[in-house]
Amino acid sequence: MSTENPIWSLISTFGLMSLFAVGGAAAAVPEMHRIAVDVHHWMTDKQFTDAYAIAQLSPGPNVLIVTLIGYAVAGVPGALAATLAMCLPTALLAYCVSRLLNRPSQSRWPGLIQAALVPLSIGLMAASALILAQSTDRSIAALLLTAMVALIASISRVNPLWLLLAGGLLGFAGIV
Amino acid sequence: MSTDSAPAMHEPDQAPAIPAARVPSPGLLALSLAFARMSLAGFGGVLVFARRAIVEQHCWMTADEFNETFALCHFLPGPNIVNLSMVFGSRLRGIAGGVAAFTGLLLPPTLIMTVLAIIYARFGDVEMLRRSLAGISCAAVGLLIAVVFRMMTPLLKRMEIVVLILMLGVFLAIGVLRLPLQAVLLVAIPLSIGITYVMRRKVAA
Repeated sequence: MSTENPIWSLISTFGLMSLFAVGGAAAAVPEMHRIAVDVHHWMTDKQFTDAYAIAQLSPGPNVLIVTLIGYAVAGVPGALAATLAMCLPTALLAYCVSRLLNRPSQSRWPGLIQAALVPLSIGLMAASALILAQSTDRSIAALLLTAMVALIASISRVNPLWLLLAGGLLGFAGIV
Repeated sequence: MSTDSAPAMHEPDQAPAIPAARVPSPGLLALSLAFARMSLAGFGGVLVFARRAIVEQHCWMTADEFNETFALCHFLPGPNIVNLSMVFGSRLRGIAGGVAAFTGLLLPPTLIMTVLAIIYARFGDVEMLRRSLAGISCAAVGLLIAVVFRMMTPLLKRMEIVVLILMLGVFLAIGVLRLPLQAVLLVAIPLSIGITYVMRRKVAA
């Protein structure tokens, strides 16, 4: 362990990150990867991708990948600290803003800013996909599985859970 | 002669005028449990379940109120559904309601994730589990790509070149160059707001 208290490090990292997570959890994945894998070396690339998969497979908001990162850094206290740090500041901000603006849709600025954020959050999510794909799609079979799931989920309304489970089964069978 | 019907029937005069609009505000425990239920039902996204529970099942808000409140949560940073729990809860029952909804939404899945983290820390190296997780990861990335495509479709249809360049720029800066999020957004957000503002004025003119 370094001299820095890991819990404090988790709180400051995720507390700040939550305020920059425009477009939700999927858009924050590249930044989580950069900080957890490249900057602090809290996890390996493989562990990070596993954490993403576990978070997708579990119920609840997808942002709870931070719970897994927090646990890897500092056990159960780390898991709770990371979760609260990622969720509480923006929830309080949202509470305060909602008190200030009783009817947000009356002004055109929120609508304009929201429209302006759309291309940015799509860009961020595409970056998430690239970063995760670079560590998962190491074989032709893995790449094919990703492409198939992307295609099926784009053109049909299949419950994503079935696609995740199918991926797990193919992996379990050693095909991917 | 009117003694039978008098006292209790007076307040809900306007009830028939707005059918199915609103029921009385729920108690804190009910609020917390409702958010816990939608959270646990929400594999791969809680929003759909939140809308169903709040608008259709419990009638705590009308569809319009829901959309308006959600627009605010979507526009602010952070995990939208978490913001939504705090804002919805507090609209219904004040700050205590906000905390109740927030706790209901996050506590059960956080406990589940912590248990999964413990299992992963202990058994993550077992070959069977590693192979399964590798397959799940591939599928999860595929799902993310599908979401990106779906969100991108309206932008591609409108073919606003500046907007598409901005999107590509963010993708390259974060995904390929791996620049820090804050730095990229501090440039991209003002730029995008400026571009959107100018384009809307052009459309209006």
